[in-house]
Amino acid sequence: MTVDKQAPASGSIMVVGGGISGLTTALEAAEVGYEVFLVEKNPYLGGRVAQLNQYFPKLCPPTCGLEINFRRIKDNPNIKVFTLAEVEKVDGSAGNYEVSVKLNPRYVNAACTCCGECAKVCETEVPNDFNFGMDRIKGAALPHEMAFPARYVLSPRIIGTEDARKCKEACKYDAIELDMEAKTITLNVGSVVWATGWEPYDANRIDNLGFGRYQNIITNMMMERLAAPNGPTGGKILRPSDDHAPQSIAFVQCAGSRDENHLPYCSYICCMASLKQATYIRALYPDAKIYIFYIDLRAPGQRYEKFYNKIKEDENVFFIKGKVAEVSEDPESKNITVVAENAVTGEKIHQTVDLAVLATGMQPTAANVRLPADLKYTEDGFIINDFEKGGMFGAGCANKPADVVSSNQNATGMALKAIQTIAKR
Amino acid sequence: MDKKYGVYICTGCGIGEALDVKALCDVPEEEGLPVKTHSCYCGKEGLEEIKKDVADGANTLVIAACSRRVNFDIFKFEGCAVDRVNIREGVVWSHPRSEFPALTEEEKEDEDNFDRVQMMAEDYIRMGMARVEKIKLPEAYKLDNFSNRILVIGGGVTGLSAAIDAAKVGYDVTIVEKESYLGGYAAKVRKQTPVGMPYDSLIPSVVQSKIDEMEKYPGITVKTNTVVARIAGQPGDFTVTLKKPGDKIEFDVPYPLPPEMKVDEKGNELDAEKQHELYLEYNKGRVDILKTDPAGEKFGAVILAAGWRPYKPAAGEFAHLGFGESPDVITNHQFEEMAAKGPVLCPSDGRPAKSVVFIQSPGGDAGDSDFSYAGAVTSMVALKQAKYVREDYEDGKSYVFYQHMRTPGLNENFYKSVQQDPGIFLTKGEVTAVSKNGSGLIIEADNTLLGEKIQVKADMVVLGTGMVPATADDPVVNLAYRQGPAFRDIGLFEGYCDSNFICFPYETQRTGIYAAGAVRRSMTIEESMEDAAGAALKAIQCVECSNRGVAVHPRSGDMTFPDFFFQRCTQCKRCTDECPFGALDDDEKGTPKPNPTRCRRCGTCMGACPERIIGFADYNIDSIGSMVKSVKVPSEDDYSEPPFRILGLVCENDAFPALDIAALKGLSYSADVRLIPVRCLGSVNVIWIKDALSQGMDGVFLLGCKHGDDYQCHFVKGSELAEIRMKKIGDALASLALEEERVAQFEIAIDEYDKVPQIINEFVESVEALGPNPFKGF
Repeated sequence: MTVDKQAPASGSIMVVGGGISGLTTALEAAEVGYEVFLVEKNPYLGGRVAQLNQYFPKLCPPTCGLEINFRRIKDNPNIKVFTLAEVEKVDGSAGNYEVSVKLNPRYVNAACTCCGECAKVCETEVPNDFNFGMDRIKGAALPHEMAFPARYVLSPRIIGTEDARKCKEACKYDAIELDMEAKTITLNVGSVVWATGWEPYDANRIDNLGFGRYQNIITNMMMERLAAPNGPTGGKILRPSDDHAPQSIAFVQCAGSRDENHLPYCSYICCMASLKQATYIRALYPDAKIYIFYIDLRAPGQRYEKFYNKIKEDENVFFIKGKVAEVSEDPESKNITVVAENAVTGEKIHQTVDLAVLATGMQPTAANVRLPADLKYTEDGFIINDFEKGGMFGAGCANKPADVVSSNQNATGMALKAIQTIAKR
Repeated sequence: MDKKYGVYICTGCGIGEALDVKALCDVPEEEGLPVKTHSCYCGKEGLEEIKKDVADGANTLVIAACSRRVNFDIFKFEGCAVDRVNIREGVVWSHPRSEFPALTEEEKEDEDNFDRVQMMAEDYIRMGMARVEKIKLPEAYKLDNFSNRILVIGGGVTGLSAAIDAAKVGYDVTIVEKESYLGGYAAKVRKQTPVGMPYDSLIPSVVQSKIDEMEKYPGITVKTNTVVARIAGQPGDFTVTLKKPGDKIEFDVPYPLPPEMKVDEKGNELDAEKQHELYLEYNKGRVDILKTDPAGEKFGAVILAAGWRPYKPAAGEFAHLGFGESPDVITNHQFEEMAAKGPVLCPSDGRPAKSVVFIQSPGGDAGDSDFSYAGAVTSMVALKQAKYVREDYEDGKSYVFYQHMRTPGLNENFYKSVQQDPGIFLTKGEVTAVSKNGSGLIIEADNTLLGEKIQVKADMVVLGTGMVPATADDPVVNLAYRQGPAFRDIGLFEGYCDSNFICFPYETQRTGIYAAGAVRRSMTIEESMEDAAGAALKAIQCVECSNRGVAVHPRSGDMTFPDFFFQRCTQCKRCTDECPFGALDDDEKGTPKPNPTRCRRCGTCMGACPERIIGFADYNIDSIGSMVKSVKVPSEDDYSEPPFRILGLVCENDAFPALDIAALKGLSYSADVRLIPVRCLGSVNVIWIKDALSQGMDGVFLLGCKHGDDYQCHFVKGSELAEIRMKKIGDALASLALEEERVAQFEIAIDEYDKVPQIINEFVESVEALGPNPFKGF
C-alpha cells in the first residue's frame, strides 16, 4: 500500500492510552490529516480488549480489528506511537499544551528483529500480568503473539542478573541495551484526549464473594484469558484447583457493581460478557450447567436482546434473579457453593458448582490515581468533559462505563472535539 | 517509469542457517537481476546498502526477509515499488530444519533428491520478482469537481449536533428537515433524561439550546420542509436534489423493481429485457440515476440523522394489555404528547391520571423481552414518565413493571434517584392482563418481587413501545446508485442502518454516508449527541481523503483505485452487482461507470470480472497471475517422485497474520504450498486458479474470513462471494477432467492460528490422495 503523504495540519493531538478507544481517536484524527502522538504505558498497544477472547454479540476476536488498526498506524506517518510511556505533567492551556512524557526502558531497542533468541536463553520467569498472573512468562519476551509493536521487552526484574547478560549475548543484532534508562521528553500539542481506560474492579475487596480465598472463584477477565487460544491454558477453560474441566459454572453478576460499598454505578458490559462467556463454556463442554445470578439482565436493544434470546434457548443455562450474598468452599472437593435469594420466589438458593465467575465491573484508571492534568472527575473517577472549555477530553471508559461499540463511537467523536480545539478556521 | 531492479536476501534470524543462500542468489542472477545479501537488512548497515542502491537509481526492490507485518517502517523507500518476500515467517520459521531436514552432502549428489524448504524459498523469490515486474506506483485519483460541504439529513438533536460539530472546524453544512420546524422528537417532550453528571434528575430538553447554538454558525444552512429526492455521484462530489415532502419530481430516484414484479403470473422470473421494460414503466417520470441534476446542490459527504418514529401497534396487538380495548391504555409516545401539553389525564374522561402503570415488556410469547425497537432508552423513558405523574399530582402514584430494568452505566444514578421516590413502585413482573374496573383499570401481574400474583388498580396504563428507525420505512438517503436507493445490511438490523463491525461503528457499505443517532440504534439524547460527533468526524475525514485521492477505512490511505479496460467489457454487470459498496453504476448498455471515491479498494470487482479487465496499479490480474506462473512445478521429468505443488490464496487481513503468528509459535505446515496474500478473497479471480491448475499445480485453496450474519470480512462480502465462485468453478474443473476437490475454501479467524497448519496439511493430504495433476509436465 502506498503511504498517504498529506502534510500534517497545524497543531498536534496527544492521545493518552493505546487501547481500543485511544487507537480509535488517534487513527480517526490522523486520517483527517492531523499529527497525533499516541502514548501507551504498556509495551504494546491494544489495552483491555487485547486480553479479550471474543467480542459480544458477534463472537469475533478483538485481534481482527486490532490488526486493521495496527496496519492503519503502519501506513500513516501522522501517528507517532510511544509505548512504555506515561504522561508526567501537562502544562499550558487549550490549544497550547506542553506535555512531559516519561519513556520507561524497554531494554530492547529498534534493532530487535523479533527473532526470539533472547527468550530462548532467559531462564527467569516472571508472573504474566497479561494473563492476570495465572501463568509465568520469560523475563525476556514478546508481551503476546499479536503484540504491536512486535518487539521483545525485558522485565525490569531481570535487569542486573546473569540472565540479562545472557540475553544480551544471545542477541546477534545488538538490540539489547541493559543500561537503558527512563527518560523524559516534552511534546507540544494543542489538545489531549485521555483514553486511559479501565481496570477490573479488585475482586479481593468484595469480602463476601470469596475471591482470593477460594481457588475456584475467578473473575470474568480471568475467564477471558482462560478461553483465549493464547491464554494460560491454550483456550481450555479449566478450574484452577485441579485443572479439571468444570461441569457446572456459576456467574455472579454485579460483583461490585450497583453496590454502594463498591461501585455505585452499573458497569455496562458485565451482563453481556457473562452471556458471551456462557457460549465459551458451551463450545467446550456441551453438557455443562451454567447458572447466572443477576439483578437485571442488561441486554438492551435489538442486537443484544437477540443474543440474550439465543442463550436462553440453551436448556442448561439457568437464569436466577437474585444477588449472591455469600459463597463457601467445600475443603475436600474445592467446589463452590453460592448462596442467593431468588428475588421472585423468595426461595433461598444454595447452588454448588465446580467454578464460580465473578462478573466484576470496571473502574476507571483514574479512580485509583488521578491523572497529572487539570481534569474534573466524578466521585468514581470518570472524567467529566467540558466541551465549552475544550482542550482536554476523556474518551471511552475513562469517561463512562461502556461497551466496545459505544466506546468507539465516543472515541471517534472525541477525535473531532480534539480537532475543534486546534483547527484554524 | 524505467524499472531498475535490486534483489536483497537477508540471512539473519535463522535464514542463512536454514537455507542455501548461494542457490537463492542464483534465482535472480539467472534472470539477470542484481542480488545482494546481508546478515541484517533491517540493521543500520544493511539498510544503508539498500538506500545507496536507491540513491543510485534502483526503484524496483525485492526484499526477501521477514514478513511485511514487521519492519514496515524500515523497508519503505520513496518512489520505489517494493515486494517483501516473506522467507522468515513464511519459510524458515514455519518449516524448521528439525522437521524438514536439509539434504546431506551425500544426498545432494543424487539429482533425484530435493529440498522442499529450499524450493519454497526459491519460488517465493521468483514470485516476488514476478510481482514487481508487473506493478506500477500508484497515482492518487483526483476528482474533477470537489465539494467539502456536508449534508445533514434530519434536524433533530442528532442532526443539529452533527452540524454544529462540523461547523466548528470550518465546514459548511446544510441541514434538511422534513418537518416545518427543527428539533425533532426532542422538541416535543416535556422533559428529558439527564445528559451528564450527576445523572440523577430530569432536565429541560437540550434541543432549544442546540438550535440557539446552531444559529451562531453562519456556515450552517437550514432547510425545513425539505427531503432528499436523490443523492447522486460520489464522496467529495455528490449532487443532491432536494424537494418538498410529497412532491413528485423527475429527479426522484428510481426504485428497483419489487420482487413480485420480476415474475410472471406463474412465478417464473421474467427475462432481463422484460424486467427492464417494467422497471422503466415502474419509474415513469423519473430520470435515470446517471443523469445529473443540473440544479442539484454539491456536497462532499452526508450524515444521516433521520431519527425515529414511535412504534404504532397494529390493530389487536397488545390486546391482552388492554391496548385498543380501553382508551386509557396508551403508548409511551401518546403519554409524552399528553404530558408535554399539561397534566396527565385519562383519555377516556379527562379525569386526572393519578395512578399510572408503566409496562416495559409485552409478556406472552415475547418472554422477558422488551417491546420491539426498545432499548435502554425505553427503560429510561418509563422512569422519566413515572416522574411526570409525581410532578402533576402530589398524591400521584406510578408503577413500573419491568422484566429487566435497563439503565446501564451512569444512568444507574437516575434509576436510583427514582427508587427514592416513595410514590413510584418498581418491580420485575410479567403483566398478564389489563381489564376494566369501573372507570379505572385492573392490572394483573405474575412473578413479581412483591409476590407471585398481584393486582394493581390504576387510572391509566402506558406501554413502553419502541423507537422505529426512519430507515425501516423508507430509504431516506435515496441514493442514485445502481444497487438501489437504501443502505445495505438493513435486513440484518431490522431496519436500523447500523454498522456490523464492533470495532468500526461508522463503517457501512455506503462510503461517505454516515448514520448517527436513533436511525441506527435506539439511543438516548445523550448517546445521540455523542454519536453525532463521531459521524461528523467521519464525514470530514471522508471529504478530506476524497480530496487527497486516498481510500478510507479499512485500506485507509491507499492511493490505488480500480482501472477498467472498457474496450473489452462485455457488459455482464457482475462488477456492478457484486461490489459490496455499490461503487459502480452501469449505464443503459451495462457498461460500468466507476465512482472511485465510493470504492474501498477491496478488488471484488477484479475478482468478479470474467474478462479480467479490472485491476489496480499494484494489484492486478497480471501481477498475481505472474506470481502463480512463476512457481516451478516439478514433474516426473525432474524427479522420479516430484513433490506436489499447492497454491494458497490468503486473505491479507486475517489469514495472513494468523500464518505469521503460527510461524512465530513454531507451528509448521506442508512445504509444498505456495501462499499469495490477497486484498480480500472477493478479489480472487478464478483465472488464477485455472492458471495454477493448467500449469500442473495439484490443488488450490482459499483462506479467508468467516461469513454469514456475523461476518468478519472487512469488505463485508468478499469471502462469501469467493465461496460462490468456488462452487461454480467445479464445472470448469470437470470439463478439464479434474476433480472438484482440488479447489477448496476455508474460513479462519485471525486468532485461530493454531488451526491454520492443520487446515493446510489436511488439504495437502486430500490432494495427495487424489494423485498428481494429470496436466503436470505439459
